[in-house]
Amino acid sequence: MGTIYVDGKPYEADPQQDLLQACLSLGFDLPYFCWHAALGSVGACRQCAVKEFKDEKDEKDVKGKIVMACMTPAKEETRISIHDPEVVAFRASIVEGMMLNHPHDCPVCDVGGECHLQDMTVMTGHDYRRTRFEKRTFRNQYLGPFLFHEMNRCIQCYRCVRFYREYAGGNDFNVFGIKNAVYFGRSEDGVLENEFAGNLVEVCPTGVFTDATLRRHYTRKWDLTMAPSICVHCSAGCNITIGERYGLLRRVLTRFNSSVNGYFLCDRGRYGYEFVNSDRRIRGARLNGQAISPDEAGQKLRSFVSTGEKAIGIASPRASLEANFALRQLVGKDRFFSGVADDQWRMVTAMLDILRTGPARSPSLHEIELSDAVLILGEDVTNSAPRMALSLRQSVRQQPLEIAAKLKIHSWMNDAVRTAVQDAKGPLFIAAPGATRLDDVATRTYRAAPDDVARLGFAVAHEIDPEAPEVPSLCEEIRELARIIAGALKSAKRPLVISGFSCRSEPVIQSAANVAKALRDAGHPSALSFIPPECNSFGLALMGARPLSEAFRVAEEGGADTIVILENDLYRQIPAKLLDDFLHSAEHVVVLDHLANQTTEQADLLLPAGTFAESDGTLLSNEGRAQRFFPVFAPREGDVRESWRWLGDPKWTTLDDPLAAMAQELPQLAPAVAAAPSSKFRMAGAKIPRESHRYSGLTSIHANISVVEPKPPNDPDSALAYSMEGSHIQPPAALQPFFWSPGWNSIQAVNKFQSEIGGALRGGDPGVRLFEPSHKGAYFTSIPAAFARRAAQWLILPIEHIFGSDELSLQSPAVASLAPAPYLALNAADAASLHVEEQAGEVEIELGGAKHRLPLKVLPELPEGIAGIPAGLSTANGEVLPAWRPILRVS
Amino acid sequence: MTVEKPLTKDIPADGQALDLPGYERAGGYQALRKAVRDMTPQQVQEEVKNSGLRGRGGAGFPTGVKWSSTPMGSDAPRPKYVIANADEMEPGTFKDRFLMEGNPHQLIEGLILAGYANQADVAYIFIRGEYKLSQERLARALAEAYSAGYLGKNVLNSGYGLEMYLHISAGRYMCGEETGLLNALEGKRANPRAKPPYPQVSGLWGKPTIVNNVESLANVPHIIDHGAEWFKGLSLTKDAGTKLYGASGKVKRPGLWELPMGTPAREILEEHAGGMRDGLRFRGLLPGGASTDFLVEEHLDVPMDFTEVEKAGSRLGTGTMVILDDQTCPVGMTSNLIHFFSRESCGWCTPCWSGLNWAERILKAMEEGKGKPEDLEKLEFQTKFLGPGHTYCTLAPGAAEPLQSALKYFREDFERHIREQRCSFQK
Repeated sequence: MGTIYVDGKPYEADPQQDLLQACLSLGFDLPYFCWHAALGSVGACRQCAVKEFKDEKDEKDVKGKIVMACMTPAKEETRISIHDPEVVAFRASIVEGMMLNHPHDCPVCDVGGECHLQDMTVMTGHDYRRTRFEKRTFRNQYLGPFLFHEMNRCIQCYRCVRFYREYAGGNDFNVFGIKNAVYFGRSEDGVLENEFAGNLVEVCPTGVFTDATLRRHYTRKWDLTMAPSICVHCSAGCNITIGERYGLLRRVLTRFNSSVNGYFLCDRGRYGYEFVNSDRRIRGARLNGQAISPDEAGQKLRSFVSTGEKAIGIASPRASLEANFALRQLVGKDRFFSGVADDQWRMVTAMLDILRTGPARSPSLHEIELSDAVLILGEDVTNSAPRMALSLRQSVRQQPLEIAAKLKIHSWMNDAVRTAVQDAKGPLFIAAPGATRLDDVATRTYRAAPDDVARLGFAVAHEIDPEAPEVPSLCEEIRELARIIAGALKSAKRPLVISGFSCRSEPVIQSAANVAKALRDAGHPSALSFIPPECNSFGLALMGARPLSEAFRVAEEGGADTIVILENDLYRQIPAKLLDDFLHSAEHVVVLDHLANQTTEQADLLLPAGTFAESDGTLLSNEGRAQRFFPVFAPREGDVRESWRWLGDPKWTTLDDPLAAMAQELPQLAPAVAAAPSSKFRMAGAKIPRESHRYSGLTSIHANISVVEPKPPNDPDSALAYSMEGSHIQPPAALQPFFWSPGWNSIQAVNKFQSEIGGALRGGDPGVRLFEPSHKGAYFTSIPAAFARRAAQWLILPIEHIFGSDELSLQSPAVASLAPAPYLALNAADAASLHVEEQAGEVEIELGGAKHRLPLKVLPELPEGIAGIPAGLSTANGEVLPAWRPILRVS
Repeated sequence: MTVEKPLTKDIPADGQALDLPGYERAGGYQALRKAVRDMTPQQVQEEVKNSGLRGRGGAGFPTGVKWSSTPMGSDAPRPKYVIANADEMEPGTFKDRFLMEGNPHQLIEGLILAGYANQADVAYIFIRGEYKLSQERLARALAEAYSAGYLGKNVLNSGYGLEMYLHISAGRYMCGEETGLLNALEGKRANPRAKPPYPQVSGLWGKPTIVNNVESLANVPHIIDHGAEWFKGLSLTKDAGTKLYGASGKVKRPGLWELPMGTPAREILEEHAGGMRDGLRFRGLLPGGASTDFLVEEHLDVPMDFTEVEKAGSRLGTGTMVILDDQTCPVGMTSNLIHFFSRESCGWCTPCWSGLNWAERILKAMEEGKGKPEDLEKLEFQTKFLGPGHTYCTLAPGAAEPLQSALKYFREDFERHIREQRCSFQK
C-alpha cells in the first residue's frame, strides 16, 4: 500500500489500482459510467475527472490539471482533488453532454429509481437543461425474450459492447455509427446469441437494455420485497437477489459474491425464475385429488409413514439439505434413497469422493477465472454450468496478461492490455463428444466419444507422471496431443482440470482425477472442478443415501407401503414402466413438489412445496460451498411451505432446528450451519428488512379487500423481516437482501458494500466450504478401450442445453421459448448412411420402451457412431443414457 | 544564395510522377545505399534526431526523438512496424498528396530508411481512400522498388529485410490520428487509443510501431544524404528544414510552395499566393489546417514555424493556410468547420461527441437567424469544455481552436448574427 492525497488529506491506496477504484474503495462518491470493476478502464465517458497536482506546492497554488481517475494509477504520493470547483463543474458538464440526447423518460423507464445515470446526475449536480435542440432518435431492435431495447436512452458509455464482445465472447452485437449517434445493437433484429446477454440489464448504466420478463409484470425496485438467494438452475451456486411483489416473483439480479459469480449471471439463472409464478404450481395439499387442510395433510403424512414403519423416502438433488435431511429423519437412514438413476448417483458420489479424498482442491468460480491453463474433459461448460464458462473465458487471458505486464501496462488499462495482447490466449484444451461454446477460445479441441475423451485424460496424466497408468494401444496422434496438454498444464502456475456428469462416463471423471493427481505428484498442484447435474447434487451425495434401484427392490419385495417423494419428477430419468410398477406397489404415494408433473400425478397425498423463492435452506454447490437461500415472500394464498416443514419433526420451529439436528447426525454437513447467521441473529437488536426504506406498497396491497393493513408475515427462520423497518446497518453478506445506499440506487450500490471495490463483501463473502481434499486417493487404473462404433447401432448421448435441459427453468416462458425442439443429431456421414436429409428427414428410435420419431439434425462435430438427443427434454422418456440403439429412417 | 527545395525540386512540371530511373538520376536511393552500407540503425536515428526534423503531420513532435523510444536489439518484440501516415484529411491540406503524386519514391525511400533506423520488419503506407492517383503511382513505385532490390527480404543485399504494403483507408478523419490509424489498420473502428503506452512500445497488433507523416519521411533521405547540419541550415529559424506551405481561399494564386521553415505568413500570402483577389480584404487565416487557431492581420509577420506560431497563439499544424476574406462569413466558416469535426467525432468520449454536436447546432442556428444572446456564452463554454486533457484524443481540442479564436477575433460578426437574426453576408 502507498499513500495518496485527496483534497489535502492522506489516504492509503494500492498503487496497482487506478485512482477511481482507489477513491471508490476509500468511500468517495466519484461518478463514473464507462468504468466497471470487472471490465477495467477505458477513459471514454470522462465522468470520473479529478484534478491532479504535481506536488504539494502546486496544490497550494491551485493549478493542477484535470485527469481521468480511471486512467491514472494511484501511485505513491499522488495528489488529487475531487472537490476542486473546476473539476466539479467539468463533471457536471459531462452529464449535461449526455443529457443533450437522453430522453428524460424516467417515469416510463424500467430502471427509473435504480438508474446509475440518475444517481450520477444527482451526484454531479447537473439539474438544468441549457440546450433547445431536438434529440437524436433511433429505431429499437427486437433482441429476443430476455432484453428490451430502448436506444434513445443511450449515453454512449460502451459498457454493453465491451461486456458482450470482450468479456462474454459474443459476436452478434456491436457498436455502429459515429459522433453523437453511436448505435449499440445487432446488424439486424434477432435473439441475442450470447448466453450472458442478460447481464446487459446490469451493465448498462441506464435503461437501454432492460429485463423483458420484468417488463411483463413490472415493479419499481422500491416496491420490491427482496431476499438473498441462490440460483437453483445448475450446480454453480450463483448468488442472486430475488424480488417479489403481490405474490409474484418479479426478477432476479446478480448478488455480488467475489468468490463465486462476481458481478454476473447466466441467462438461465437470470430468467429461469418464472416457474415460480407458473399456472402449474401446486398451491394446496390434496388427498386423492381432493383439497385438504394443511393440518389434515400433515396428519395423513404422519399416519402413512408410521403405519407398519414401511415407508421409504426418495430424496432430491434439487431440494435443500434441510428438506432431504427431514425426509431422511422421517423414514430412517436405511430407507432413504437417492432419487436419481443409479449411474448418476454413482458418478456424483465418485466426483464427491475424489474431491474429498483426492489430489486437488475444488476451485471457486473466481479461482477458475484466475487459472492459467485449463483442460476440460467431456463438458460443454456453457450448457452444463454456464456461469463457469464466463470465468473460463477470462482464464484464457491470464497468461497473455503477462505480455502487458512486461510492457508495464497496468492490468486495469483494458484497451491498452487488449492492444498489447491482441488474440493471444492462454492454454485451454477441450475434449468433448461435440462442439462446445468455448471452442472459439480453445487452444485445441478434441471431439471424441466419452471413452476416447477418458483415454486422452488418462494419457495426459501418464505424460505428466509416468507412474500414472499408461493407456494401452494409444495412437501416436493422441499421444502427441496428450504431450502438448501435459506440457501446458505443467508449465502453468495455476492449472485447472474440469470434468463432470455431461458424458455420463465414470472413466472420464476418473481420468480427470488422474490428471490432477499426476500434476500434484509431479509438483504442479492443480485445481479440479466437477460439474454435477443439479443445484444440490453434491449436498445429497454428501448426506448419503441408498441407490434408487434398491428402493425398487425393496418395493418389489413388498417392503414399501408408503413412498415419500421429495421435489423430484422421477419420470424424467426412470423408464415409465419401471416407475409405474414401483409406485403402484405402494399403498400410499406422497409427493412434495412445486409444479404439477408426471410424478405428482401419481400422488395419493400431494403436498405443496415451496420453491427457492418461498422457502429457506442450504445448497451445496459444485465447489463444495454450502450457501443459504431465504424466502422472499410468504404466499398468502394456498398452503405452500418448505418441504422440511412438511416432513420434519413437528418440534422443529425454525430453520435452526433441522440444521442443528443435521449437524449432530451428519458431522460432514455440520459446517453448513454457518453458511448464514441463525434465526436469532439481530443487527443492533433489530431484524434486517427485506424492503427498502422507500417501500410504498405497504398500505395499499390489499386495499381492494380491506383498508386495514395486514400484519406482515412472520419469518421465524431468519434474521430477515418482511418489512421496511429494521436495521439498515450492513448485515453479514449472507443476509444482504439488496444493495442500496444513499445516492446509489442502482445495482452499482454494491460499491458501498465491498471491502475494496471488486473485492469481497465486507465481513467476507457468503458461503462455507464443506470439504478440502485429503490427498489420499490412488490412481484410477481401469482405462476403457477405444470407442468402436457398432454396425447399425449408435451410442445415444444426451446433449446439454442451457435453455431446455434444466427441469425448472424450462417451465419459465422466456427460457422455454429458446429451448430446442426434440431432435436426434448425427454427423453428416452417419446421416448420409441413413439416407436422411436434415430438415426434411425424420428418424425413429426406441427409448424408455417407446418409439419416438425425431427430426434429424446434422452436427458435423459429432464423432461417427454417436447420436445426440437434447438432455432433459422429454425425448429420453426416462431411458438411462448413454445407450446403444438402432436408428431407423422414417420413409 | 539559391533557395533549396529538396522535397519538390525533382517533381516533374508536367504533372507526371518521377519514375525510378528519374529518381535515381536525381540521386534517389543513394541515402538508402549509404545508410545500409555505412551506417548503423542507431546512426541513422541519431542523424535524424540531430537534424531537428519535427513531424510535419501537424503536431511537430521531433521525429528522431520518436524513433529513439523504439525497442532495439535482439530481444525487442517482433515484428516491428513503420507506417507512413498518408491519410491526409485535414481540411485545407494537400501537401502530402503533391509529394506522393509527384515523387512517390522519395516517400518510399524515406519509409525504408525509417524502417532501417528502427529495424522494422514491415512497413505500411496508410493512404486516404480518395487519393486515387497517389495510390496508383505509389503502387507502381512500390513494384519498381521491389524489383530494384530496395525492398524485400534483403534490401540492397545488406541483410536487412523490409516488406512494404500500400493500405487504402476506408476513410474518416480519425484514421489520420496515429492510434486511430493503427486501429483502422487492424480492421477495427478508427477510435484513438490511450497513451501511454505509445505505439513505439505497443502499436500495430501490440508490436513496436513508428508512425510518421509523409512529408516528415520525405525529408529523411535528404537528411541522410546531406547531413543534419545542412538540414538545419535550410531554415530561417530554429525549426529545421524546408516546409511545404499552402494557401487556399480567395487568394489570386492558391497553391503549394516549398519554402524555408520560418517563412513569414505575409510573404507566403503576398509573394507566393499573389495576395487577395481584387476587391477582397484579408481578415484572417488558419495557419495549418482546420484544427488551428485563426491568426489575423497583426500576425502576418510571424515566422511560420512550430515555435513562433505557437507563441502567436496558434499552431503551425500542417502549414497549409486557409485564408478568410472580408466577404466570407466567419460564422459560416466556423460553422462549416465545426460541422466537419462534429461529423468526424468517433463517438468515443463524451465531451467530443456531445460538445461538438451542441456547438454545431448552435452555430447552425446562428447562421439560420435563430441565434440567442446566451449562445455565445455556451460556445465559449464549449471551447473550454473541449480543452486539452478533457478529451480522449486531440480531435476536440483541435476543433475548439478555430472556434475559440473566431469568437475572439470575429466576435462582432457573431453578435450581429444574433442581433439581426440573420447572416449579413447573405445577399
